[in-house]
Amino acid sequence: MITAGIDMGSRSVKVVLLEEIKVEGAKEPSFAVKKAHLMMPGDLDADQAAEAAFSAALAEAGVSRDQVKSIFATGAGRGQVGFANEGVTEMTAGARGAVFMYPQARTVVDVGAEEGRGIKTDPDGKAIDFAGNEKCAAGAGSFAEAMSRALQLSLKEFGEASLRSDKSIPMNAQCTVFAESEVVSLIHSSTPKEDIAKAVLDAVASRVCAMVRRVGIEGNVVLIGGMGHNPGFVQSLKSAMDVDQVLLPEMPEFVSAIGCALIAAERQH
Amino acid sequence: MIANYGYKDGSGEYYISIDTDKCIDCAADRACLTACPKHMFEIITDDYDDEVAWVKKECTRALAYDCAGCKPAGGYTSLPCTTACTPGAIKHSW
Repeated sequence: MITAGIDMGSRSVKVVLLEEIKVEGAKEPSFAVKKAHLMMPGDLDADQAAEAAFSAALAEAGVSRDQVKSIFATGAGRGQVGFANEGVTEMTAGARGAVFMYPQARTVVDVGAEEGRGIKTDPDGKAIDFAGNEKCAAGAGSFAEAMSRALQLSLKEFGEASLRSDKSIPMNAQCTVFAESEVVSLIHSSTPKEDIAKAVLDAVASRVCAMVRRVGIEGNVVLIGGMGHNPGFVQSLKSAMDVDQVLLPEMPEFVSAIGCALIAAERQH
Repeated sequence: MIANYGYKDGSGEYYISIDTDKCIDCAADRACLTACPKHMFEIITDDYDDEVAWVKKECTRALAYDCAGCKPAGGYTSLPCTTACTPGAIKHSW
């Protein structure tokens, strides 16, 4: 059986096709990711973006639409996936996906382009506590992206640069707009780019950490969402949360879509 | 599940927490729906098929302003929503 999970994020569409594999003698079915496809929509038509991303994933996997038994959507734009059978919240999908990747995970930190959230999960991947920031993007990826632009660095260079700094420069501005002027002031005071990059990522991490602390840091921590690709942020988050290890999936941006496809499969039984 | 709706910004931390375990079998006959002067609460079926209250999406970005009228400065000694919710499922972080 194949199910699909579509994560309609604010910046990109993630599609995962999940295949259920029955192993002889096993009580529980196993699941394998058949195809993961990411698309950055060229325009603002979310309906068309979801359709195009799903069609591309099917074509790449060599799967026909009829073979997909159920399609679940998640993410900020889940309501715009008209062909989805059901929608689940980002918290439910993120918790399920994170526990699928790391069964020992109990605290999930999800940092995407526009929103960050902390989720506490039980061993079955059920969200038992969550907190997000529904107003401000300063604790999310778009803030880091805006600051990297101000520093004239690519996002990759930005993350790597912060790892070369051992300075802690506090950023006082809570808002992306004001923080940018703080970054400009640091540039004008000849502060090295790597120190500014670290200051920005420390600030994002501290805001994310404040949300995670609302739900409480328990057990193993796993980071999901696109910011997982930023090594500087991972380091800053580890320091802010005061944990030895942050588990990082290979494809952090696809974890919610995986969770979504898993829930779709589980509801077929 | 404890669902925290709201945000943190430069002026403070504004979250309304709803303990859905206390909310599922509401002993207060969903009094929160009518107690809130801004009608911020709504009953939804969550992802685990439980009927629970949540804070309407359009309200979660303005809690500091929308709830201000029910705080002591607005003449209230206790919050109408938390008072109406006798199971104690609703809490304000500020």
